[in-house]
Amino acid sequence: MAAPMIAEWSWFVALAFGVSFIKCLLLNAYHSTDFEVHRNWLAVTHSLPVSQWYYESTSEWTLDYPPFFAWFEYGLSHVAKYFDKEMLVVQNLNYASPATVLFQRLSVIFTDLVFIYAVKECCKCCREDKGKDLLGKSSFILATLLLWNFGLLIVDHIHFQYNGFLFGVLLLSVARHFQKRHLEGALLFAVLLNLKHIYLYVAPAYGIFLLRCFCFTQNNADGSLQWRSFSPLRLVALGLIVLSTFAVSFGPFIVKGQLQQVISRLFPFKRGLCHAYWAPNIWALYNIADKALSILGVKLKLLDMSKFSKASMTGGLVQEFQHSVLPSVSPLITLICTLLSILPAVFSIWRRPNGARGFLRCMVICALGSFLFGWHVHEKAILMAILPLSLLAVESKEDARTFLILSTTGHFSLFPLLFTAQELPIKILLMLLFTIFSFSSLTKLFSKSGPLLNSVEVAYLLGLVPLELICEFVYPLTSWQHTLPFIPLLLTSVYCALGVLYSFIRLYLSVLTAPSTTGKAKSQ
Amino acid sequence: MENWSLVSVCVLLGLTTRWAVSFSSYSGAGKPPMFGDYEAQRHWQEVTYNLPVQEWYFNTTDNDLGYWGLDYPPLTAYHSLLCGHVAKLINPAWVELRTSRGFESAAHKLFMRTTVLFADILIYFPAVILYCIYLSDGSSKRKVATALCILLYPGLILIDYGHFQYNSVSLALTLWGIVGLGLGWNLLGALAFSLALNYKQMELYHSLPFFCFLLGKCIKQGLMGRGLLLLVKISLTVLVTFALCWWPFLSDPQQILQVLHRLFPVDRGLFEDKVANTWCSLNVLIKIKTLLSRDTQLLLSFALTLLSILPSSIKLLTKPTLWQFKLALVSDEKPVCLMMNELPLMAVWFLLISTFSMLPLLLKDGLLLPYTVTSLAFLYLGVYLLSHQIPCLTDVFFCSNRKGALHLVFLQFTVSLVAMAGLSFTSMVLEPPARLPDLFPVLVSVFSFLHFLAMLLYFNLVQLTEPSSKKSQKKTN
Repeated sequence: MAAPMIAEWSWFVALAFGVSFIKCLLLNAYHSTDFEVHRNWLAVTHSLPVSQWYYESTSEWTLDYPPFFAWFEYGLSHVAKYFDKEMLVVQNLNYASPATVLFQRLSVIFTDLVFIYAVKECCKCCREDKGKDLLGKSSFILATLLLWNFGLLIVDHIHFQYNGFLFGVLLLSVARHFQKRHLEGALLFAVLLNLKHIYLYVAPAYGIFLLRCFCFTQNNADGSLQWRSFSPLRLVALGLIVLSTFAVSFGPFIVKGQLQQVISRLFPFKRGLCHAYWAPNIWALYNIADKALSILGVKLKLLDMSKFSKASMTGGLVQEFQHSVLPSVSPLITLICTLLSILPAVFSIWRRPNGARGFLRCMVICALGSFLFGWHVHEKAILMAILPLSLLAVESKEDARTFLILSTTGHFSLFPLLFTAQELPIKILLMLLFTIFSFSSLTKLFSKSGPLLNSVEVAYLLGLVPLELICEFVYPLTSWQHTLPFIPLLLTSVYCALGVLYSFIRLYLSVLTAPSTTGKAKSQ
Repeated sequence: MENWSLVSVCVLLGLTTRWAVSFSSYSGAGKPPMFGDYEAQRHWQEVTYNLPVQEWYFNTTDNDLGYWGLDYPPLTAYHSLLCGHVAKLINPAWVELRTSRGFESAAHKLFMRTTVLFADILIYFPAVILYCIYLSDGSSKRKVATALCILLYPGLILIDYGHFQYNSVSLALTLWGIVGLGLGWNLLGALAFSLALNYKQMELYHSLPFFCFLLGKCIKQGLMGRGLLLLVKISLTVLVTFALCWWPFLSDPQQILQVLHRLFPVDRGLFEDKVANTWCSLNVLIKIKTLLSRDTQLLLSFALTLLSILPSSIKLLTKPTLWQFKLALVSDEKPVCLMMNELPLMAVWFLLISTFSMLPLLLKDGLLLPYTVTSLAFLYLGVYLLSHQIPCLTDVFFCSNRKGALHLVFLQFTVSLVAMAGLSFTSMVLEPPARLPDLFPVLVSVFSFLHFLAMLLYFNLVQLTEPSSKKSQKKTN
């Protein structure tokens, strides 16, 4: 009967509605240049023919997402015309009438339905908790950690992006793999790659997992690969799905001979090693080490100051950061570092796959590795590691521990995205909300096996409080605010980089020391 | 989850909602020459900061009472003075005498909104949390749910963080009074309520229940002996509080008279604008404003107000329990929050009506979005949390073996909700016919008034016909 089913999921609906209400209230909050980016894409896709989409450059925010996202914007633009036709004019740069804001914000809230559906599917994959009250159920905790994720809320609904929709597709694909519907999962991921190519970060995990666990149907008794169980049919099916998706996406552009232009738009390697605000990754630590060494070297008279460019000594966070002491880093080096960092994890699931959970863990490691070592990484990319990790966090104590550290530092590193005074209370309140909830619920979930974090970790996380106070309250009142305005950003990014790196190491240890799910020969 | 974390989550949700609403416009934004309540509050900061106390309530060259003259008791003035000092530190242009009139800027708006948030965090939130923890029944989950619903009451949020006022301060002080009385800290309760009275004179509506409750307690303890001592202590507390608040004005009887004159402007008519009260609604049928003389209107209003709260107060005098006290207080809208735990459906219903009754005002202030979102959220939350207290709420509409009365109440609730939604929608979207330009505000007022009347009768009924079984388990002091 329908009534018990409704009652069973009523808490989920309440969570979804609750967060949607908050999203609606944030309609009039600050929005970043990403708002104009998407308005421009609405205009470009609506007003111009397909052949012009990747050539159009009236606005500086050219189309740099793959074709499926362009089609998505095209679809949205047909609804947009009922709100305000003027936003669809390409020449109307920075057009932000109330109707435009309303439409864009509502479109994000509406497309979040994909995310909500994906979360529901993920919750269904949680283990059953019979007899626990609602707030202690792992499905409830997972739903809240995902639906009310701080990073997603502020990046999507204040800063303005469509990550909810995209992560919805990703999580749905993961859920399908959990449910052993691998072809659907593969299709969803192929679609996702054609929506936003940043998900290439986790493509190795998908590739190896599908090859190992889907194309080879059986394992040997000790869990190792049984070469004879290779199924060419499955490989062909996978290949067809992926290739046809890409064909539909890029086909029109290949036919028009525009493939190179599209690729150059998608992968603009002319940008620097780091974004203007350093993402909290290895290169932030590398940069700071370089700066420290150069200052030390000058002080100890080992180096000649005249050899450095003026900017590198006193300059702020510039796109093209010239390394003075340590060797410069090129895109190729970052690629090699990234591959090296994820290779052991990928090998590990090849040799001893742990089913869908092992795949998920590998995916998080790929995302984190790419975040840590990638070229021109944006700090928002940390969400690609935090969101999937939530699924693991509600099932294992070790993962919960890593999740708490990663999510707290990762979310904190997003603070500089909202730099306006009006949004300061919102970001602090929402951060506190998420942090208190995650700590409290995960601690309770694993309360039987002692405290979740050790004292060093707790001290590190508590250190975020004085860091915030210094960066946002104390520092602006000092005189250095004018001469060295980048210091708070630098401090934030370096401090958080430590936490992110630590989480990466912890995750790796858990993969390399995990017992494999051996036993009888398993067929998938 | 631990209790403290649940409570923190509720507090954070309440604060987030408030601050998000504050992004919206305020009353009189960009509307010279008079602007609105926001400008009034800013003006009071200017007046209290720059002028000596003796001139605050008087019409002088520097203090034009026609331009938002002070018409709240001294405690509001002191609060404005404090804010004025802080404003001067940040940007003196905000409170410059005369030149700061109509000052509007993003930074100033941020400052003003922060003062409201600050007052809320300091006084209102602790009062609500204490009230829910110590003075409501049920499991800790239920208490937390009650707290969340009270904190998310849209009316207070929209007026304080949208339109712009400091209602939460006076409400909080009253709530502290109730908490004090409920926990047996009579002097604290008396002190807090006296402060509330000195903050906004509207709290006089609640003074009779407070008075009867305290007097009833004293009588219960025996008027000869401990009761008398208690009475003396309470009276002293109240007198001292009033004396301290009115200290600067006590030297000159002219001062006192002028302040009272400002607080109770009997020169104004029975009602301004379109309010959801008896007179406005009655005026639709019988033109009372023109029929009766000014003095008769005054007397009638006073007499009927007294009459409406007299029965509950007398009952309270004879039976000074917390439950009776709460029932007696509920003649005004906002204390209906207190009923959230015991009569959740009624509380949610009437709080929605009270928010709805302010719709014309909110529309004028450009608060359409926050009004819609917070009302829907409050309704959804109230019904969702309710359905966990009344088992299988969803089944009420499917099963046929529930009591007919409950069915009827839900039906009325639903009809009322549909009407509210319909009226809201038409007010927002449609233009009224040219012959009746005030059609929608009047409809809203009459609709709300009828509900308020029903609420008054209902709560009086509950109080007078108190069934012995359930309610006698309420805390008695």
